Amino acid sequence: MLSVQDTNTPVTFSPELLSKFADVVSRYPEGKQKSALLPILHLVQAEFGWVSAPAMDKVAEYLSIQPIEVYEVASFYTMYFLKPQGKYMLEVCRTGPCEIVGATPIMEHIEKTLGVKEGDVTPDGLFSWRGVECLAACGYGPVLQIGPEYTFYENLTTESVDKLISDLKGKANN
Amino acid sequence: MARKLLLEHINVPGINTFDVYRSKGGYAAVEKALKTLTPDEVVEEVKKSGLRGRGGAGFPTGMKWSFLAKPEGVARYLVCNADESEPGTFKDRYLMTYIPHLLIEGMIVASFALGAKTSFIYVRGEMMPQIRILEKAIAEAKAKGFLGKNILGSGYDLELYVQPGGGAYICGEETALLESLEGKRGNPRIKPPFPAIAGLYGCPTVVNNVESIAAVVPIINEGGDEYAKVGIGRSTGTKLISAGGNLKKPGVYEIDLGLPVEEFLYSDEYCGGIANGKRLKAVVAGGSSVPILPANLFMKTINGEGRLMSYESLADGGFVSGTMMGSGGFIAYDEDQCIVRNTWNFARFYHHESCGQCSPCREGTGWMEKVLHRLEYGHGKMSDMDLLVDVSKKIEGNTICPLGDAAAWPVASAIRHFRDEFEWHVTHPHEATTRNFGLAHYADPLPKLEEAAS
Amino acid sequence: MKVTIDGFPIEVEAGTTILNAARMIGGDIVPPAMCYYSKLEGSGGKCRTCLVQVTKGSEKDPRPMPKLVASCRTTVMDGMEVKNITSPEVIEARKGVVEMLLINHPLDCPVCDQAGECHLQDLGYEHGAAKTRYEFDRRTFEKIDIGDKIQLHMTRCILCYRCVFVADQITDHRIHGILNRGDHSEISTYIQKAVDNDFSGNVIDVCPVGALTDKTFRFKNRVWFTKPVEAHRECENPKCCGKVTLWYKGEDVIRVTARKDEYGEAEEFICNTCRFDKKKTSDWVIEGPRKVSHKSVISSNHYDTLHPLPVVKTNPVLIEANKEQFERETRL
Repeated sequence: MLSVQDTNTPVTFSPELLSKFADVVSRYPEGKQKSALLPILHLVQAEFGWVSAPAMDKVAEYLSIQPIEVYEVASFYTMYFLKPQGKYMLEVCRTGPCEIVGATPIMEHIEKTLGVKEGDVTPDGLFSWRGVECLAACGYGPVLQIGPEYTFYENLTTESVDKLISDLKGKANN
Repeated sequence: MARKLLLEHINVPGINTFDVYRSKGGYAAVEKALKTLTPDEVVEEVKKSGLRGRGGAGFPTGMKWSFLAKPEGVARYLVCNADESEPGTFKDRYLMTYIPHLLIEGMIVASFALGAKTSFIYVRGEMMPQIRILEKAIAEAKAKGFLGKNILGSGYDLELYVQPGGGAYICGEETALLESLEGKRGNPRIKPPFPAIAGLYGCPTVVNNVESIAAVVPIINEGGDEYAKVGIGRSTGTKLISAGGNLKKPGVYEIDLGLPVEEFLYSDEYCGGIANGKRLKAVVAGGSSVPILPANLFMKTINGEGRLMSYESLADGGFVSGTMMGSGGFIAYDEDQCIVRNTWNFARFYHHESCGQCSPCREGTGWMEKVLHRLEYGHGKMSDMDLLVDVSKKIEGNTICPLGDAAAWPVASAIRHFRDEFEWHVTHPHEATTRNFGLAHYADPLPKLEEAAS
Repeated sequence: MKVTIDGFPIEVEAGTTILNAARMIGGDIVPPAMCYYSKLEGSGGKCRTCLVQVTKGSEKDPRPMPKLVASCRTTVMDGMEVKNITSPEVIEARKGVVEMLLINHPLDCPVCDQAGECHLQDLGYEHGAAKTRYEFDRRTFEKIDIGDKIQLHMTRCILCYRCVFVADQITDHRIHGILNRGDHSEISTYIQKAVDNDFSGNVIDVCPVGALTDKTFRFKNRVWFTKPVEAHRECENPKCCGKVTLWYKGEDVIRVTARKDEYGEAEEFICNTCRFDKKKTSDWVIEGPRKVSHKSVISSNHYDTLHPLPVVKTNPVLIEANKEQFERETRL
């Protein structure tokens, strides 16, 4: 059983978000609106930072499917966060080609710099980090990405990671 | 320097915009196909070209298209597989980032050939920037009348959409991709029926890799016969190779199939040799799922012939002394890399990515990872190598989809070729955690020594 | 269409699967099936225990199939030749699959209510190895409660998906499903909810292992100490057939299940009222004792029926007769 937090916090979707949903649903043939589930979950996550159970229930209602169908999908794919994360989630590729050019030292450095373990959130709520599998940028490793727009940072060094983290801190404080 | 068919204009500033792409002869294939050819003629050209699927399996694209069922009154779909996640492969990201209109153009021509009125490009969710690029390119093409209703006055209608994935390697398997596109868990379907009969929403569907779709553009522009002149034997045309690992110049290269391996690896036009003056130890030639080869077997076949970058030459020797072209994810390992660690890393990847539907893959991938982890961290046993080979055999061929094979091959091949390194990890557990095994005899005869970087 | 399985020919209709053709022939050549369920559409193909070798594709295209195929999802072609127990590859692969199914199984049969009627036990007994080669901690899950009628033991689950198909096809809506992926996949409701529906109890009958068991029967008895009796009642639920097996301990009905055929499949599904609430003999019209194969553990251990047997050691005819008598008498 997943540990679900804030399951009772109600969620409302703004009219702007709902119009984005409608735009996605319009791509598919009549009656195949379930196809919109993955894109809609991305939109929900971009809006709220994670995908909560009440949000998933709402999505199910919107798409006229059972809530369990949404839970099944959201828990299958790794991109959906089922618990709150830091504002910036640093996802470092740790697979083969990145590993041989130094992904592990980068992750160790991030852990030391942020002072939190993989998957945890820094006390200020700004950062969390995790190792992810291949991001298909093997020639530019080590790489990391930051959602919700999945901005890419390539050829990482400990210095460039330090700069990135301080830039993000500056951005968040302004 | 060989002619580039896909990346000819890649360095032209602004090639990612419609106008610049058009000014360089872009969308000529759409005009030619829609105005002068019938759908069947387009399929025929692709058949003549000998184009083989660039996603990994290497199945002839034209033949795949001709299998598509065409019942009356049932929609047909073309879905582009841009769920690029095979470790070592990053060519589709490159292509979509820098020259997105090539993919859009290919999609229009291919959709026309297959009679699809709605087509999807399924892009892995992590490539959100590429999704935005493609959405913008589609909007541009639509504004110029290359998408939408009655394209170029031909009466052909096409809507093209980009669908994001959610983060799952398995969705690169075509039926898992279709499940995902239907908003479900990415569990591969049990075949038959194949997508050509019952695919997306139960309708006949073709799923093609990004590069395969892009290659349709030069095929239509120049004719299938012309395209088939490039390359060697049944490996026709050009191929994008994603070169990564310990190389001087990693990146995406377009090569004529049949290019000598040595030239690709060492010439300055391509990878430029091994980085930091080190020597080559091993190569994964086509993405993490293909068998890993020690340098000596990679450079030359077992008969002593120089290997070529082609489907046939790389597969020469079968699984005993050969490998596969796969998706063209080329990973080079220098003398300081640890094969045991790398094998464990790949096993962890497949364990993480197994969908969990069928038992051999669900249980076996995790088992292999645990044994390899134990070997890497100095707690292995001599019997572990035989155990790993046996477990990999129990998975291979017994699963619903090819992920089981993909998980089994790297492990089996690493033990086949680097068994002494694995054994050394058992006999020298403490040493193995502090230093690597080194080159041993794998690179015998040794490839050229690179000058140390200054 | 004619198909030959392990040398036994049979004529079947087009569209029949290899597994069902084998079941028509019967006997030892029937491949085991842990996930396929003939009454559930779309089931099968996942567990891989029913893998067989197709040595001849069809009369038209006699090429053998390159890989072993799941017999439950592969339809026969005219002239197809299939090897099951006569193929060393199949036996080897099946052994591998059984090993995979068992490496993370808790093997808690001594405290499992399914013991004695567990398909994984049977499979392990027939195809498994006596020792495990797996030297790591077995997978565990956080326990979750899915209501007062059904007990979920996720550690025992082999992810056959049958219960998911039941919820989709037999009940009016599904609230449990498969969450997560890979070897972390689990049956769950995500947020605590009771799986409660008129027909939800059928998930217990379709579960091939002890992952979903009857809470009202929990730890009450071992199945081989109970007496199965066929019975029926006029069920108020129009979708329920009302035909069941009552499992007696002494004078008490301690469990009600659907009637199962020789492959362990429910013949017809029953409603929760019949299953959980009708536990008095007076609720039912008794048809008679259920036939139980003398090979089944359920027919053994009825100590009270065991008469001391005459000691005959030398005459082979008498030994044979003795065996028959023993079997007859130890049956119900």
